[in-house]
Amino acid sequence: MSLGYIVRRIGLLLLVVWAAATLNFFIPRLSPTRDPIRERLGQLAATGGLNAEGIEEMVRAYQARFGLDKPIWEQYINYMSDVLQLDFGYSLSNYPARVTDLIALALPWTLGLLIIATLLSFTVGTLLGALTAWPGSPGFMKYMIVLFMTLSAIPYYLLGLLLLYVLGVQLRVFPLFGGYALGVTPGFNVELISTLIHHAILPAMSIVLSGIGFWGLSMWGMMITTLGQDYVTLAEANGLKGRDIFLRYGVRNAILPQSTALALSLGFIVSGSVLVEVVFAYPGIGTLLFQGIQGSDFFLIYGIVFMIILSIGIATMLIDLIYPLLDPRIRTGKKE
Amino acid sequence: MIGNIFYHLRTNLRLTAGLVMFSLIVLFMLLGPMMVDVRQARPLSTFPSQPPGPDYPFGTDDQGRNLFAAAVVGVPMTLRVGLIAGAVGVGVGTILGFLSGYLGGRVDTLIRGTVDTLLTVPGLVVLISIASIIREAISVEIMALVVALLAWMWPTRTIRAQVLSMREQPYVQMAKLNGVGTWEIIWRELMPNLLPYLAVSFVGSVSAAILASIGLEAIGLGPQNEPTVGMTIYWSIQFNSLIRGLWWWWGVPIFFIVFLFVSLFLISAGLDQIANPRLRRVA
Repeated sequence: MSLGYIVRRIGLLLLVVWAAATLNFFIPRLSPTRDPIRERLGQLAATGGLNAEGIEEMVRAYQARFGLDKPIWEQYINYMSDVLQLDFGYSLSNYPARVTDLIALALPWTLGLLIIATLLSFTVGTLLGALTAWPGSPGFMKYMIVLFMTLSAIPYYLLGLLLLYVLGVQLRVFPLFGGYALGVTPGFNVELISTLIHHAILPAMSIVLSGIGFWGLSMWGMMITTLGQDYVTLAEANGLKGRDIFLRYGVRNAILPQSTALALSLGFIVSGSVLVEVVFAYPGIGTLLFQGIQGSDFFLIYGIVFMIILSIGIATMLIDLIYPLLDPRIRTGKKE
Repeated sequence: MIGNIFYHLRTNLRLTAGLVMFSLIVLFMLLGPMMVDVRQARPLSTFPSQPPGPDYPFGTDDQGRNLFAAAVVGVPMTLRVGLIAGAVGVGVGTILGFLSGYLGGRVDTLIRGTVDTLLTVPGLVVLISIASIIREAISVEIMALVVALLAWMWPTRTIRAQVLSMREQPYVQMAKLNGVGTWEIIWRELMPNLLPYLAVSFVGSVSAAILASIGLEAIGLGPQNEPTVGMTIYWSIQFNSLIRGLWWWWGVPIFFIVFLFVSLFLISAGLDQIANPRLRRVA
């Protein structure tokens, strides 16, 4: 892996993050007729939902960020320096909480749920997909395709609704909402861990099941192509063991495009899980974003949008940097 | 040509199944308005929270909408969002894909770089930030345009790849050597061979656009007064239909979504087999 590749990849990340921040800066200004954030502040003041001091503080913060008293390039530079420090200002509906603090509270929930669910669905889906394409698998495996297709055709959160109805409402095996049971002592104890897992199973399951369909389907297609290659036929003719051919000739080659696909679909996975969290009222970023939308809390919405783009940018970059380790052709810098 | 169509329908089980399912939806949209008073798609027009029965085949919701009428009005709206956004996406994608694949060089680097970068960005989240600003002004058409903003990347990518490989084909080289102009090559040599790919791309974009629009609507960023499929889900979640046992309220929209997605998926998989004859052997 050349140094140039790493530098270019980091440069791309910076470009994406810059573009996302700039977009967040300009979107409120694109609204043709009115200024939604100022209007929202006025609304809050009128309903008396907040103390006057809070409103003034927010208006000042708002002035500093969006105010029209300074030239636009100066506002832009101020805004960018705030974003660099991950400072997104106050939450409009939860004053005096700052957006950054709200995000910091919600982030661990989402990260835990997503990392576990994505790794699980990628591994299980890839393995099942490979086995479905393998001629040595039991006969019933070929019906897996139908299962894959159905699962991948249902959006995460709708699968979540169905699971919630069957396992939560009807059978009462799992809790209906939230991330933990009330009245559990905080701290590192068995009780807390078991309530955490108990609450996470349904949301995780809806992401994993739907993901297994997607990864299974794409691995199946890749594996079919790979197993048709001449080197596989040669390996068979040489009398290699079936297991060796499957793992070292088939899976090892077919998994390369899978990992590229993983990098490309992280954004899609996160988008889907935002809605899953809403369905289960899971206390992560998705639910926070939903609350932001419900309360027209623009600072919160933009803070979350920026943080999501930033984290996915970093995750995609990491996958891209790991990829050359899997594929020697890229590592040595030669083309095919 | 007609014989060709029948050949594909007979041999291509997925395409046939997908088209049959899609025709059923179209049939529902055509016959629906004759079977129910569509004004009952508005709130307070019937008794609230009635389970499905002879009077209300899909039941009614908590706010007194007849869910059958809501589906008759809402399913075409959701489909319209998908078709508009899909058409814009494939249109823009075709132009950019051709520019990128055929011209190559700096144009290609720029377009490919932009597409690959934008693909990694979580589309729904970006759409949320845009839709939340224009929330009150969202209509079905605006919804379609918002979704279309991010619907052109996959088509651009696939079409670029196809153009790139076709450009080097002997028949294109031959046309070039014979002095045929660039536009004529694009129209007469490349386009006809690209049609199956365009069709696959279009179906995929429609499906992705519907998914995105339902996602936006399910968190409340849709046309507030229209009974689209996604808005029905939003209201049913808002009014806790799940816990209150109003299973038809969320069940009906989910049924339509799954039915629609499976049909689009089958059509796209079937068209794929026509576009890539090599796939036919294994499937």
